Amino acid sequence: MAQKKIDRRSFVKKMAAAAAMTAAATMFPGIVFASEQEQGIPSGNLDWKKGPCRFCGVGCGILVGVDNGKAVAVKGDPNSSVNKGLLCVKGYHQTMCIQAKDRLEYALVKKNGKYVKTPLSEALDLVASKMKSTIEAHGKDSVAMYTSGQSTIPEGYVASKLMKGAIGTNNLDCNARLCMASAVAGFLTTFGADEPMGCYEDIDYADYFITWGNNMAEMHPVLFSRMLEQKNNRGAKIIDFATRTTRSSMASNKSILFEPQTDLAVANAICYEIINNGWMNKKFVDEHTNFLKGKTNIGYGLEDNFKFKDKATKISFEDFKVFLEDYTPEKVAKYSKVSVKDIKYLAAIYGDPNKKVVSYWCMGMNQHTRGTWMNNLVYNIHLLTGKISEPGNGPFSLTGQPSACGTAREVGTFTHKLPKGVVMNEKHRKLAAKIWKVPYENIPSKPTYHATEMFRAVDRGDIKFIWTQVTNPLVSLPKTSRYRPAMEKESCFVVVSDVFPTPTSDVADVILPAKWHIEKGGLYGNSERRTQYWQTMVEGPGETEADAWMTIEVAKRMGYGDLFPYTKEGHVEEIYNEYRQFHEGKKHGMAPLEVLEKESGAIWPFVDGKSTQWRFNAAHDPACDNGKDFHFYGKPDGKAVIWQRPFEPAPEVPDGEYPFWLNTGRVIEHWHTGSMTRRIPVLHKAMPQAYVEFHPEDAKEMGIRNGENVKVVSRRGSCVLPASINERGLPTRGQVFVPFFDENMMINDVTIDAFCPISKEPDYKKCAVKIEKV
Amino acid sequence: MPIKSYILHPLKGQKELLISDLKGFTECEVIPAQNHEVVILVTDTSSEIADTNLFNKLNELKNLKHMSLVSGFEDK
Repeated sequence: MAQKKIDRRSFVKKMAAAAAMTAAATMFPGIVFASEQEQGIPSGNLDWKKGPCRFCGVGCGILVGVDNGKAVAVKGDPNSSVNKGLLCVKGYHQTMCIQAKDRLEYALVKKNGKYVKTPLSEALDLVASKMKSTIEAHGKDSVAMYTSGQSTIPEGYVASKLMKGAIGTNNLDCNARLCMASAVAGFLTTFGADEPMGCYEDIDYADYFITWGNNMAEMHPVLFSRMLEQKNNRGAKIIDFATRTTRSSMASNKSILFEPQTDLAVANAICYEIINNGWMNKKFVDEHTNFLKGKTNIGYGLEDNFKFKDKATKISFEDFKVFLEDYTPEKVAKYSKVSVKDIKYLAAIYGDPNKKVVSYWCMGMNQHTRGTWMNNLVYNIHLLTGKISEPGNGPFSLTGQPSACGTAREVGTFTHKLPKGVVMNEKHRKLAAKIWKVPYENIPSKPTYHATEMFRAVDRGDIKFIWTQVTNPLVSLPKTSRYRPAMEKESCFVVVSDVFPTPTSDVADVILPAKWHIEKGGLYGNSERRTQYWQTMVEGPGETEADAWMTIEVAKRMGYGDLFPYTKEGHVEEIYNEYRQFHEGKKHGMAPLEVLEKESGAIWPFVDGKSTQWRFNAAHDPACDNGKDFHFYGKPDGKAVIWQRPFEPAPEVPDGEYPFWLNTGRVIEHWHTGSMTRRIPVLHKAMPQAYVEFHPEDAKEMGIRNGENVKVVSRRGSCVLPASINERGLPTRGQVFVPFFDENMMINDVTIDAFCPISKEPDYKKCAVKIEKV
Repeated sequence: MPIKSYILHPLKGQKELLISDLKGFTECEVIPAQNHEVVILVTDTSSEIADTNLFNKLNELKNLKHMSLVSGFEDK
């Protein structure tokens, strides 16, 4: 026994050492700790099980050490091409949350204002009967599901099948609307096909990495460490183009700061320079692109029931050149606060035919009232120069969540989506009806509510039943000052499936206890189109259940059992095999389970036993069949689109009354709303609470000291936080930054629910606030 | 019985002296990086009080520029 105690203590010490070495590796790529690092964690008698990380969209491969049915260690999978054995500080500690003392282990049903522990079967009876009776009384569109980019592929698939195929409503949307919808709309409008054409191996070939409003050192630390390794080893350069100085800026070769929203103008100025200096790849542009323009002055979606439909009009290259005359570096420098020299510097990088360039972005470009346009504009730059779809050259939209691509985008848990295509397309509806074995007429042809509008509908009383899974909207939605009271209204029956109590479960009528990641099997799809599969590693506590299985059980109780014939033990695999039928073919074929069982994932299109790393490039992609070097087969004529998209201002800009920009975001220690990472002691201790960052001169002018509590006030709400000066990040003058992970400091009470009219993704990066001393 | 790990940043050029200082503490295990001015420190103390005392002593080391906590375990 004593020997066992010593062994355990020694083991814990090695774990602690490994955690520190891993964290150091994310800060200092290539760092070597000699034999300690090579030895890694002792295997002991642990059973190491393979899977993807639970957190961000990078999709690192992990190995979970299981001892006597408990997850006791996590390490990076050295066989994963994504992370090559590295993990960030969140990834390393991820399983520590599942033993949290306040874990939801049993169903809770609110009775007379109090939560009562209830058998899961009884709680699912109630959910099904409530959903059914609501439909009978108020129609199909009175019920809704709101899921997640953290839902597994089977979870998203059965949610879509239940809502769209069985019930017959498009009232299904997900939190990926809040982070990736602009990327989706950007890909579809430019290429007619969603998701990046390249892969992480681009990092090994690029000469330049240009990050657009993207703090990768904190948000995608393992990928950033791979970039830094290339910087150190072969002189690749990182250019950070952002509105705030971050850890990424400090590790980059050059940091260029711009005034919020003017990225639209700077991107056009880069296009102007490329054309004006003769750097355009004319052959590529002539063969592979069309020029279009869309509507302008398109609004911001601030009013309920906002409607917008873009209209594309063909333009000539000459028209495009004339349009760009408004975006000379000299004109743009005046309002972007980016110098003429720096605009020309950026353009020269893209314009140099001998340099390979990858552009990376995530929330800065997507959470933008012109997010679709911004995505289009960066594609314009790569299309004008022909730097796309080849190793080391390409635009690469990073995802925030582990299966924003795999589940939200590929399975299609948005109101307008189906597992293949969109509800508006008859052919796509017919395919879904055939595979789901439902009448074609069941699937409505019109999208209903996107995320923001869904919660507005709850507020108006139009939605009378909502079921949220794997997400915490009452912390993550914009303008929670409206949507929290909305969800508290008696008019809507709220069901929340989660692993831990959250501010969202606080307003639920029924709380369903969900299994965590490794307590169930599943599949995720990461940013580089890589699908990863894992099997159950440990049992969940109490009556916890997988979300997919709870959806199936509710479907059965509602009378749809014949559409959900899956077995409890094999439902993950059975659902995936059914789902794969949607994507058969060279353009999106998914790897079979037997491949995913062995490998640390496979990239789709998976054709003839091989991943396709660079889509649309005939040398790499078997789906190219136009006889040319590139084939953008998402569009009927095989050509990508260069879009004319102007600069338009943000809906709310600082003024005399509200003189500061508010920018919100994340920190490396915490995952989104913090419901998991704030229950991991080491992460919580490292970053125990949110804060508001000031530029030191702004703080000095207002007499604000570091750590002093101040109130951030907008036209929608307020939030009191401690001031942070010269700590983690440095906003530009006239801007403040607040991370949103802290449910005790609800900065989303302050943010605005304006969104991109095309993608419907809200803008969390720009609204006007004032600061009050408290 | 807390076990913690830290990343330590020595003052410029003082890494070897810092390592030497750290080796004077029996509760400390030191893992120096080979190619960076960084040291990993793992502490193993008998109680929360001992852990706090050690933390305070470490912060007084003259060759230490900055230390950041990475992980903490309470092994009972």
